[in-house]
Amino acid sequence: MMWVGAGLLLLVAVTGFGVVRTRDVTSQVVALGFYGVLMALVFFFFQAPDVALSQITVGALALPLMVMLAISRMKYRAHNQKAKGQRDA
Amino acid sequence: MRESLRIRLFLIFGGIFLLLYCYAAVDLPPWGSYRGPYGDVISRVAVYERHATDAVNAINYDYRAFDTLGEEFILFTAVLGVMMLLRREEGASTQDADKVSDDYRLSDTVRATAMPAIVATVVFGFYIGLHGQLTPGGGFQAGVVLASVPLLLYVCENTESFRRITSHTAVEILEAMGAASYALIGLAPLLFGLPLLTNFLPLGQTGDVFSSGTIALISACVGVEVTAAFLLVAYTYLEEIITGHIPEE
Repeated sequence: MMWVGAGLLLLVAVTGFGVVRTRDVTSQVVALGFYGVLMALVFFFFQAPDVALSQITVGALALPLMVMLAISRMKYRAHNQKAKGQRDA
Repeated sequence: MRESLRIRLFLIFGGIFLLLYCYAAVDLPPWGSYRGPYGDVISRVAVYERHATDAVNAINYDYRAFDTLGEEFILFTAVLGVMMLLRREEGASTQDADKVSDDYRLSDTVRATAMPAIVATVVFGFYIGLHGQLTPGGGFQAGVVLASVPLLLYVCENTESFRRITSHTAVEILEAMGAASYALIGLAPLLFGLPLLTNFLPLGQTGDVFSSGTIALISACVGVEVTAAFLLVAYTYLEEIITGHIPEE
């Protein structure tokens, strides 16, 4: 049983490294979501189902969604400003 | 040159961190051991005192309900801040929301899969929220789950469907009501001369959906507040995309 926990923690470490090393922002968000699911598994394994549920909803659902929305909004804004600049010129 | 300096600095400080980490990890208590007295006390008395089988929510919404009230208003203020910062700019190229039309509909397969998922999510959200005092879960988790339903609809349908089921004004009012009713439930015991946030309602049968007095009630209020809060943030982010239009190039 201890080995399952150790394996999960190792997976979290590897995934965390993967999130940091991913350069493309959109793929990074997906990696972040996967990391959130893994963290939820860890919490569940260490007998904290309440925290695991919060982690699933926030870490694997809300956080990637917010980041995704923020990115799309920034892209939209940049697109709009570029178009406006072209019109002025 | 600078690259090699950076790597050398990283190796030095990484080594120091590794040493400290190993030093800290050596004396960790074994898996599953618990040293503090409060956890054992609470898990022994929570069911007897509060008729709530989920001790975590008995703590969150009763024993330390005052802290949770503070956290609730942290979320409230954070959402308010996001809405202030991302409010629509003057002169941004937008058009009236009801004139926006986008027909980027996804394939029938995605939509046919998403519709049952939406139903399941609604049921799951209400289950989690109403059984907070019995099983792991509670208002906060239920709120996030329920708030994801309109977003799921947005992802698999279009902005029109998202707008149709989320009225901005209604969501704003719901959020304020959720936050206020928690505070009012907390203030109500003062009328009977009891301390703030006392569990003054009848506790009911242990294991029943309508049990544990104010715990279930506060959990439901938090659920409403969190649902509305997450919807408002999502709506604020999406607003420009929904109401604006990309100029023709």
